[in-house]
Amino acid sequence: MTSVTEVRRPARRAPGGRDRPRRGPDHGAWFLVLPALIPILVLSVGPLIYGVLLAFTDAQSGRTEPTQWIGTLNFQDLLRDTLFWESFGIGLVWAVGVTVPQFLLALGLALLLNQDLRLRWLARALAIIPWAMPEVVVGIMWRLVYNPDAGILNETLRDLGLGDGRDWLSGLATALPAVIVVGVWAGMPQTTVALLAGLQNTPRELHEAAAVDGAGAWRRFRTVTWPALRPVALAITALNLIWNLNSFALVYVLTNGGPGGRTRLPMLFAYEEAFRYGQFGYAAAMGCVLVAVVSVLLAVFLVGRLRGGGDA
Amino acid sequence: MRTSTGARVGQYAALLAYLVFLAFPLLWLLSTAFKPPRELASLHPTWIPKNPTLDNFRQAFDEQPLLHAALNSLLAALGAAVIAVLIATPMAYVMARRRGRLAKAATGWVVVSQAFPFVLLIIPLFLVLKNLRLINSVPGLVMVYVVWSLPFALWMLAGYVRAVPAELEEAAAVDGAGRLRTLVSVTAPLLAPGIVATALFAFITAWNEFFFALVLLKTPEKQTLPVVLTHFIGAEGVADLGPLAAAAFLATLPSLVVFAIVQRRITGGMLAGAVKS
Repeated sequence: MTSVTEVRRPARRAPGGRDRPRRGPDHGAWFLVLPALIPILVLSVGPLIYGVLLAFTDAQSGRTEPTQWIGTLNFQDLLRDTLFWESFGIGLVWAVGVTVPQFLLALGLALLLNQDLRLRWLARALAIIPWAMPEVVVGIMWRLVYNPDAGILNETLRDLGLGDGRDWLSGLATALPAVIVVGVWAGMPQTTVALLAGLQNTPRELHEAAAVDGAGAWRRFRTVTWPALRPVALAITALNLIWNLNSFALVYVLTNGGPGGRTRLPMLFAYEEAFRYGQFGYAAAMGCVLVAVVSVLLAVFLVGRLRGGGDA
Repeated sequence: MRTSTGARVGQYAALLAYLVFLAFPLLWLLSTAFKPPRELASLHPTWIPKNPTLDNFRQAFDEQPLLHAALNSLLAALGAAVIAVLIATPMAYVMARRRGRLAKAATGWVVVSQAFPFVLLIIPLFLVLKNLRLINSVPGLVMVYVVWSLPFALWMLAGYVRAVPAELEEAAAVDGAGRLRTLVSVTAPLLAPGIVATALFAFITAWNEFFFALVLLKTPEKQTLPVVLTHFIGAEGVADLGPLAAAAFLATLPSLVVFAIVQRRITGGMLAGAVKS
């Protein structure tokens, strides 16, 4: 059985483990941790620090002169780089535009899947499939859907008499909304599964008691379901926001940042800067800015969570 | 519990809408993969191919080195999955059983690593691997995938370890088994299903991965499936949509099959890591 109230159990069990005679200060633990710790330090923590340092250098690919420290020059350039801030704005629109509908749609689906409905198994299976698909394939699939001539979207619109359709991914106005729809579709599984698990942890008796007391569906949701669901909802939304800000493959395949940079997410921008133009230092500075934004988001999220916890 | 008929109808209507939204792109991919060029070029594409054909699949294999790419993907994904699980299991054990600073730091890294922007990681990784002459090599990619799949593997495995009663290990210790002995002959067998599930999930993640592969693999004979698939995109005429769809469909099959096997354990394991004691 899983339940939120059980979270603290391991903490209570731990002292029992500590009573055991300890042979010295945890040499065994180090021995067990080392095989994973070394790769983490060499290929994750190390590169991260290296990356932050690169942001303060003029590192470029394929240059023969030695790399030099240039202080905050990259960041000063970045401040004045309107293209980057444009891309940054697009990234925010994309992240929020995907995360919010994703949450609402996944919540609706999770509520439905929590009911005793026929075809529930089918919806469950379908909702999980995108999780298993390579992002590149998801992108290719939606290119086929959006294809102006052979795509099913325009064909359906023609059948319904809603005009001739358009070239969704090349239209200046439609490209960003079109890729956002794909982002929502692709991210449904994780959100739905997390919310469904949260729902299954809400106390059923409370629900029934509220129903007996004459509370309508909306009131039951607000007073019983939501308080229990809140922690899961906040956690998955924060994660979604971060994942979406770091998104790359979907949009790379769908539009490659086009048309005219309308879907050029910050990740695509930094990728081009680093691996097309070879500006490693400058691209690293962009990465630093993204880290800063993610950190601020996380901080806001944590503060909101603490404050919200007080109200509840 | 009572639910009015009106509410039921509404629920089914909503469920139907979800089914359509979730299924139609998948069905369209399938439909396109089996359509002959003439139908693809038709002004009124249909859902069900009138003359289904396998030509698209043959053409896809002719146009791009799909088999070779699949082999590269398989090597990268298998290598990453096996190594990740081998090194993650002992560490997850420490995270689950110990309260020390080490366990805390490890858990902290698992959480923080979710927020890493890949850009900041990929440039230094590229430079490091270049110095080690591991650019454009599958082993180099495996190293990156191992570290990249570690947070999730640790998270899941720690959950599975917590599900093994500590009393069992204590009993083994009382019987005189050393720590390593206990781990290998008592804990590991009980963990086996969880370890397999974690490995399979790491496999899927690596099989599907695109960004690192795009940056680190330069020549076609080294590239993995997702990278090779993008070569189909670009100057595609309508007639090339068929092979594109066919290749995309084939590339998804392995991860779909593996995912179907582990799906229950994964969703269960995620929760085990999060809430279960």
